[in-house]
Amino acid sequence: MNELKKSIMVSLWFMFLTFPLMVIRVNTIENTVIWRWENMALIGIGSFVLSFVWRWAMRRKEAGDAVAASGEKKSGKLAELANNPALTNSFRAFFLVVFLVTPWLVTTYQTNILISFLLYVVLGLGLNIIVGVAGLLFLGHAAFYAIGAYSYALLNQYFGLGFWVALPLGGVIAALAGIALAFPVLRLRGDYLAIVTLGFGEIVRLVLENWSDLTGGPSGISNIPRPGLFDAKLSVADANIYIYYIVLALAIITIIAVTRLKDSRIGRALQALREDEIACEAMGIDRVGVKVMAFGLGTAWAGFAGVIFAAKTTFINPASFTFFESAIILSIVVLGGMGSNLGVILGSAFLVLLPEYLRAFSEYRMILFASAMVLMMVFRPQGLIPAKGRSYTVDDPELNAANGGRI
Amino acid sequence: MKSVLDVTAVSMNFGGLRALNEVQLEVQSGEIVALIGPNGAGKTTFFNCITSIYEPTEGEVWFTPRNGARTKVNGLKPNLVTELGMARTFQNIRLFKNMSVLENVMIARHCRTKTGIWGALLRSPSVLREEKEIVDRSYELLKYMGLHTFYKELACNLPYGAQRRLEIARALATDPTLLLLDEPAAGMNPQETETLKHLVFKIRDEMDMAILLIEHDMSMVMSLSGRIYVMEYGCLIASGTPSEISSDPRVIKAYLGEEAHA
Repeated sequence: MNELKKSIMVSLWFMFLTFPLMVIRVNTIENTVIWRWENMALIGIGSFVLSFVWRWAMRRKEAGDAVAASGEKKSGKLAELANNPALTNSFRAFFLVVFLVTPWLVTTYQTNILISFLLYVVLGLGLNIIVGVAGLLFLGHAAFYAIGAYSYALLNQYFGLGFWVALPLGGVIAALAGIALAFPVLRLRGDYLAIVTLGFGEIVRLVLENWSDLTGGPSGISNIPRPGLFDAKLSVADANIYIYYIVLALAIITIIAVTRLKDSRIGRALQALREDEIACEAMGIDRVGVKVMAFGLGTAWAGFAGVIFAAKTTFINPASFTFFESAIILSIVVLGGMGSNLGVILGSAFLVLLPEYLRAFSEYRMILFASAMVLMMVFRPQGLIPAKGRSYTVDDPELNAANGGRI
Repeated sequence: MKSVLDVTAVSMNFGGLRALNEVQLEVQSGEIVALIGPNGAGKTTFFNCITSIYEPTEGEVWFTPRNGARTKVNGLKPNLVTELGMARTFQNIRLFKNMSVLENVMIARHCRTKTGIWGALLRSPSVLREEKEIVDRSYELLKYMGLHTFYKELACNLPYGAQRRLEIARALATDPTLLLLDEPAAGMNPQETETLKHLVFKIRDEMDMAILLIEHDMSMVMSLSGRIYVMEYGCLIASGTPSEISSDPRVIKAYLGEEAHA
């Protein structure tokens, strides 16, 4: 009852606030005033419903928090299934087959969307190393994407290097740029680091835009060759499918590499850096080395993705690498779940595929985007799929005996 | 007996404030030494100086690892000091809170292992073997400290006393020659303190380790340590065996005030 009263108060308050805007329309030419009472009713009902739903959701969230705090774990069927290796493997195989077959079943346009989805998976996983695992807030990822793309375009234009040579080179150049950025920002954390990396992203974009002699300025570089397949002449559609497979391979390699890194000695050092820098040093971890490594490891993937992006579009200009791009990649990581690889994949599916398939609502895209982010932060701050540390099992008969035979 | 830690007249200035004034201290191998003093006397600052978190303004810190040469420590990076063989715990517990208990100890094996990026990516047999060694050794240490039943828990979910013991386990995982404990018994109940005392003895005897500890619990300090150093206002005011210290008039004055009748 109390909730109901509160919601009614909210809706009354909103009706009052929006009254001058939504209800009165003054026509100064004909000197008439139109009273649109139906708008007021709509706002009243709308805000009442929204406020009620909001309260209900908050109550549920609090109840959920209380359960979590009391130490009761909800290890449901889903968690059990996720721990079954045979099942997860067959899931993986299923998805692999789906992804392998898809380009032959859908149109070129849809293949293109899938390519950009996979590119964002690679970008997101790279950024995940920096933001999710090492805990460094990083807002300039698009700059390294650009560095990769421009490496290929420029190396091709000036030295005639092919795609397969440029692919590793682009990654290496982006990693070197990341390492170069890491040194001046070693002492920074949190917001300050975010500002510097944001600035770096803008610097890269502005250099590309203004160094017209080298980069072609705002008009960019065109006629970038697509990757060749043993001198075979491919039609545009076939070339697209070919690129799709390259990206798919890169994405799979990235997933494997990033997972392995996260579970290794290096990955543990990165996580320790996120948790506590001083304790990290006291435990014998070289803070500088590890931070530099985090930047290099994260930005290299952006470089690879950049090379493929350039090869796919055959034309690049600085407009593709704005701050908006960095923000999207960061949103993918945050929305998906910081530190969680599966989360990043889902996050990029959410942020890349949904807008494409919901083109009808494209005008409201940013509104939906923003409200999704806000709701996410309120109700599920750990992301769609929260990061789960690797669980180690130790085979110790004594412990098993102490626990009555169960681990 | 050989000297493990030899600190000669170390001073530390923070701007105009002299936090440490020519502190002289020595720890022999196999010895348990306590550093006591009222709050704000500069004990933790001293720890930070010898582990290179701060660089002392004046003076030298010499450290002799178990099988190594005498090395000057001040000016080195903190991680290199740990690698040499000096491990510490923190007064305000600094665990890696969102990682499991086992992982906390595994991280401390970092400086004794060497898998690099390529090793992690390729997962060769030697890398996997090293990884298994890390897990085994870490678990062994958890068992040693009586924490093995918690090994899958997140570090932040442990009870307070267990968190303190986990810090010690983590420090032990770096294979130190000298173990520095900053108020290991703070916030523990008498029973836990008693357990801790036995653990410290056990570590010293079984692992051949020198131990330097800061502590406020006098009964623990008196029964545990071979020698005691007392600090006040950044200066060393007394040193000696527990019985000498407990009857030293300067120490009584520092702790109880001017007109004490001890």
